[in-house]
Amino acid sequence: MNDNLIWVIIGMGLVTYIPRMLPLVMFHTNNLHPRVQGILKNVPFAILGALIFPGVLTINPDSVLYGVIGAAAAFIAAWLNLNVIIVVLASILVLYGYTFL
Amino acid sequence: MLPSPAISSEPTHGLWKKGIQAGLPIAIGYMPVAFTFGLLAKAAGLSLFETVGMSIIVFAGASQYIALSMVAAASGAAELILTTFIMNIRHLLMSASLKERAEDEPKWIKAIYAFFITDETFSVAATSQEKKITASYLLGLGLAAYSSWVVFSGAGYLMGSGLPESLQASMGIALYAMFIALLVPAAKKSRKVIALAGTAAVLNSLFSFIPFLSGGWGIILSTLIAAVSIEFFVKGDERNE
Repeated sequence: MNDNLIWVIIGMGLVTYIPRMLPLVMFHTNNLHPRVQGILKNVPFAILGALIFPGVLTINPDSVLYGVIGAAAAFIAAWLNLNVIIVVLASILVLYGYTFL
Repeated sequence: MLPSPAISSEPTHGLWKKGIQAGLPIAIGYMPVAFTFGLLAKAAGLSLFETVGMSIIVFAGASQYIALSMVAAASGAAELILTTFIMNIRHLLMSASLKERAEDEPKWIKAIYAFFITDETFSVAATSQEKKITASYLLGLGLAAYSSWVVFSGAGYLMGSGLPESLQASMGIALYAMFIALLVPAAKKSRKVIALAGTAAVLNSLFSFIPFLSGGWGIILSTLIAAVSIEFFVKGDERNE
């Protein structure tokens, strides 16, 4: 299928772009029911939960503990209101150190 | 400090920079993921052109990985495109949610920045302190993430060998650490946020044991169920966010 792979890639691009674009550009949402507005405002926080779990537990297929330690480091750093980039670097460092224990 | 030359009349200029800044954690987080994608693409027999092309045109991590395994398994084009669609249908939800906070701007501009919606750019934009999300902010954010994704896909392909294992493994935490960093400050202020994230996290963990709910569907379903049910439970008593 190598000959038409580039066409497959373009097809993948289209079916990825359309859901990204449609609601933002096409929906007329100025008179949405307040309930629906509320639900849409809930989405970011709900999706964060779903993006973190269970994924973070499987970053190292051999050890759930690895993900737990990384998540705990991030949680503590975030609890201290550190900047996002510091939280990210701190958890990488903690895990990097942990691999040498 | 030098006296600042007449305060810029374009507030959008600052937003653009703010967006790039907010995109830096994503750029770091994408690095190992894109790098590995490049490596695997080479192993799957793609050319450099096809590898970088996929990252430029598709810009969606998980589905690009799945595409590689399907190319390796010689799956058909239709199957590959359908799988990509299913994996990425959750962007509908993010796009609709983003619209609620998007600044009123021409549709063609929205059509451009919509391209940059990913799990990560959406999470950062939707939890940002900006009152309205503007195109300048989103384009800065999106381009920071996008350039990392594209450049490191190519770098992975060309380097042909992995990052040192200890570094590769520890960098795998980056995107999760970012998600946690976005969630915790909001959760400290609002029990509703804790309920939303907690419900979706538990549901998605349960769904991960159900084969046909893996991939894209688990995230959509758990997010929707949490967002809808909490909205009805909490009603009007916590409107003070």
